[in-house]
Amino acid sequence: MSLYLLCLTLFCVGLYGVLRKRNIVKIIIGIGIMEYSMNLFFVLLGYRYHGRTPIDAQNQNILNMVDPLPQALVMTSIVIGLAATALLISIAIRIYEKYGTFDITKIKRLKG
Amino acid sequence: MNIIPLFVIIPLFSAFFISLTGRLFKKGFIDAISGVSCFLLLALSFYGLNALNHSANQAMVYKVGGWMPPFGICMVLDGLAGFMLITVNLVAFFVCIFSINYMEKYTDKPKFYTLFLLMVTGMNGLIISGDLFNLYVFLEVASIASYALVAFGTEAEELEASFKYAIMGSVASGFIFIGIAFLYGFTSTLNMADMSRILGASPSSWLVPFVSVLFLMGFGLKAALVPFHAWLPDAHPSAPASISAMLSGVLIKALGVYAMVRIFFNIIGISAGYLSALMFLGALSMIVAVILALSQWDLKRLLAYHSISQVGYVFLGIGLGTPLGILGGLFHLFNHSVFKSLLFLNSGAIDYSTGTRDLREMSGLKEKMPVTAGTSLIASMSIAGIPPFNGFFSKLIIIFACIQKGFYGYALAAALGSILTLASFMKVQKYAFLDELKEKYRNIKEVPPAMKFSMVCLAAICVLGGILLLPSFKFFLSGAAGVLLEGKEYAGIVLGAAAKP
Repeated sequence: MSLYLLCLTLFCVGLYGVLRKRNIVKIIIGIGIMEYSMNLFFVLLGYRYHGRTPIDAQNQNILNMVDPLPQALVMTSIVIGLAATALLISIAIRIYEKYGTFDITKIKRLKG
Repeated sequence: MNIIPLFVIIPLFSAFFISLTGRLFKKGFIDAISGVSCFLLLALSFYGLNALNHSANQAMVYKVGGWMPPFGICMVLDGLAGFMLITVNLVAFFVCIFSINYMEKYTDKPKFYTLFLLMVTGMNGLIISGDLFNLYVFLEVASIASYALVAFGTEAEELEASFKYAIMGSVASGFIFIGIAFLYGFTSTLNMADMSRILGASPSSWLVPFVSVLFLMGFGLKAALVPFHAWLPDAHPSAPASISAMLSGVLIKALGVYAMVRIFFNIIGISAGYLSALMFLGALSMIVAVILALSQWDLKRLLAYHSISQVGYVFLGIGLGTPLGILGGLFHLFNHSVFKSLLFLNSGAIDYSTGTRDLREMSGLKEKMPVTAGTSLIASMSIAGIPPFNGFFSKLIIIFACIQKGFYGYALAAALGSILTLASFMKVQKYAFLDELKEKYRNIKEVPPAMKFSMVCLAAICVLGGILLLPSFKFFLSGAAGVLLEGKEYAGIVLGAAAKP
């Protein structure tokens, strides 16, 4: 149970970063932390008490193994997160070239 | 041969082919490849719906790799998916034709087509996916391509809008991902039909409300319902006009409306409380966004606010939960994707000829740009709900359905929203097309033929849209509404269709 609470805490840390930080690089780091906590949570869902690795071998009687599917899904999710982060970072670099600042409160030409 | 996987294969292959070889060929060849692949997708979606209509099953299932559904990934083409595929590919085809000339003013056309086709891949994949995690992956493919497309011009405003959109979109995807994780943790399956069966057999009192809220936040952000709408008026106008047409026309509907109603109606199962939340948010978007739109002077920003308002109508119709309401909501979804993409293409045409988006700068363009003015008038009357055009019929059905169920307040709100929409578009017509022509626009020309072709075709669909309600075309809408009305019987239909060889 404490592990799930840790995930929740990590998620809240990420959300705090997204909502409260003014530097856009810190906002991107906040998004990253949120993604890590979600992936951790999904892997934990597949954990079985005293489970072993889900590798089938001959002459072995596997009684208790962890669920392999979340691990495969989290791999996909990590790759998606990487793509999103790469795009966000490249946008942040271009924003710095145009505005000369990373401060989100000074980047406000759009309104209405 | 099974056509279902081609909806993903064709655009994905064209996207990678163009990105790898775009610099080697002449520009006309790249235009031809993307145009042909969009045309093939459109033809295939008509063929698919026709085949579905003539087959004995209510759904066609393609098993990827030959694995049976609860274990393998499957792709499902049913009435609702066929309807959405036609909507998406119709708009994508005309936008692709429009882009041939319009995108000349941007530098890197092959990259544009790559991102555009990736977005189409994401939307088509999301619509035909029968596996919840696959749905999430395709949703992210479409979203990330759209973040990049919003920033395509790489000007200061566009980058700012794209950053805002990408942050909001990532948070939304996060909520959707957690929702999927909870559903997987409870049911131990990712197949949508199997999940629906397990949730029906062993209901959980705490899981469903919790997951519902997560999905309402996630998909609500993607669909820009009113409390979650802040990113849309920045993001949609900043993109190139042809992409604004895709984003407002189909992306918010495929990623937001379609995914939400599919999960709620067919997997989780709907409750009265959830439906009233949808109706309330829909009515709120309808009124708030149209009031915000009235005071806009930037043409594309005004259109973006109207997108939020019109998506409110779709949610109001679907949220009623009656056969008539769902039919009206889906019909309005189709109509909105046609006339809103037409309006954005008109704004792109004005931008192409005059170089401005500000309504106060333009005036009297009717004289020089008759085709743009005419098609824009048709689209404006459609969106405002003037009788012979398609928008009138769908709004009328939604208002009737509200009255039928006794929600007089919502019916009144829908009528009021329609009147305010009319007011707002009278302003557009007056400032952009009527009055005296300004001196500096003496020498502008009407747009090239390819752009005219897309606008005229979409305008023709606006005029003729009403015939979809006639009995001989009724399967198009009633098949889609039937999928939502069948609710959790979806599981039996899909698993039954998969079991047949």
